[in-house]
Amino acid sequence: MNENPLPSIIPEKDWKKIQRMLSKRSLWMIHFCTGCGAMEMPPTMTSRYDMERFGIIPMATPRQADLLLVTGYVAVKTLKRIVRVYEQMQDPKYVISFGSCPINGGLYWDSYNTIKRLDKYIPVDIYIAGCMPRPEAIMDGFLKLMKDIDEGRADGWLRYRKYYDKYKANQMRVFRRWDE
Amino acid sequence: MIDWINVLIQAGVTALYLFLAIVIGLLFLGIGRKVTARIHNRVGPPVYQNFIDVGKLLAKKTNIRHNWIFDFAPLFGLAGVLLTLAYLPMGGYRLLSGEGDLILLLYVMVIPALGFALGAGASSNPNAGVGVMRALTLMLSYEMPFLLVLLSIMILYNTASLDVLLSKQMHFAWAIAMLPLSALAADMALQGMMMEKPFDIPLAPHEIASGPMVEFGGKYLGMLMLYSAGSVIVETTLFVDLFLGGGVVLDPATYGILAYVVNYLVWFLLIFVVWLIALFINAVFPRFRIEQAFKFYWKWPTIIAAIGLVQAYIMSAFLGVMP
Repeated sequence: MNENPLPSIIPEKDWKKIQRMLSKRSLWMIHFCTGCGAMEMPPTMTSRYDMERFGIIPMATPRQADLLLVTGYVAVKTLKRIVRVYEQMQDPKYVISFGSCPINGGLYWDSYNTIKRLDKYIPVDIYIAGCMPRPEAIMDGFLKLMKDIDEGRADGWLRYRKYYDKYKANQMRVFRRWDE
Repeated sequence: MIDWINVLIQAGVTALYLFLAIVIGLLFLGIGRKVTARIHNRVGPPVYQNFIDVGKLLAKKTNIRHNWIFDFAPLFGLAGVLLTLAYLPMGGYRLLSGEGDLILLLYVMVIPALGFALGAGASSNPNAGVGVMRALTLMLSYEMPFLLVLLSIMILYNTASLDVLLSKQMHFAWAIAMLPLSALAADMALQGMMMEKPFDIPLAPHEIASGPMVEFGGKYLGMLMLYSAGSVIVETTLFVDLFLGGGVVLDPATYGILAYVVNYLVWFLLIFVVWLIALFINAVFPRFRIEQAFKFYWKWPTIIAAIGLVQAYIMSAFLGVMP
């Protein structure tokens, strides 16, 4: 995160706490609609389950977003785009993987062209299981993520920095070329 | 010999006014989200949500590198907005003034938008380019009725100075009572100036990924949020100053500091009403295409503003200039 602007006045611990408080109340989300999971987002955003009351709003570009939602199965071709979107986001950033497909392959468990575990390629902070998860489950996942951020446990972006080589090696194992 | 203490006091008061304007702008954006949510039958975020957003954005790590024009764009926008705010009377008070500042204001108001457009263009993202082009076309569209409105006000009040305009409106009647048609045209132009629906064509998050803002993130976006908060205040204050007497109800010459406080509160109420009208239109309309917006602006508001101009000319010729 950003450096402390006034180290002599605000202690480092309090500064971290302030940052966590701010970023938990204002999660801007970019949803990467890969599969059927995107269908559950409109009721979550609109008047039935209204996630804007927690400060979570959809943003248009990865540059502006803090929270990446991967909604559905991840094909190898899609994974490359997901990694690019993830790397364009600004720290601190969080990932929610959504539905059973990014957890263990789900319906596509024996497909030649999908990856089975998203966690091997980018760090995931919260899994929402289900096929598909209902909006209640999504709201529950958001609240859990907010709690994790508050307690400092949502540190996927730190893990991605620390083990960058290993994540990259895993990614390159499924891509034949990076630029196609 | 310069009276340094006086200068310092004036600088402090101006800084306070500018700071308050930005704070009120952020509050208005939050109120806007809440009101829009209630119209959509949602609960909506708390009204202080935008303060949290700005704090979070300014506390984020930012590693976007394009070139130095891109780096300067948010600063350019924010500084331009603050300069414009210094020229606009907020509740009758301002630091910078001069003769003919109504015309000057037209040019100053374009500075932040152009700086922002330069920075967005420098990011070389095609969405940003499309957004900037749309923003400039929209500007061309709404300037036409808006200039006619300004002309009719200048003819009726025989002045191009905002101070004289405000004092004349305070002593006789608000311009909205004299020129209701021009006020209607100006409110239509205001909707495009604030880029609220149906004229949020340059931003259009679902079409061109928020247009000029597409490459801005982290601290850049935080500065841009402050810029948009300031520009909400600029645009609503411009309408209030032109047509609703700028909220000046008590003469500062006779009532002193009490007049400034009362005027500030009245000004706050008036810009809130203008902002709410824009919000209500924003909440229920879909978006125009850019050529539809252009046709709309050069047709209806321009015709209404032209009728208002004729009315202002007839009134000033037969009844004489406003006292």
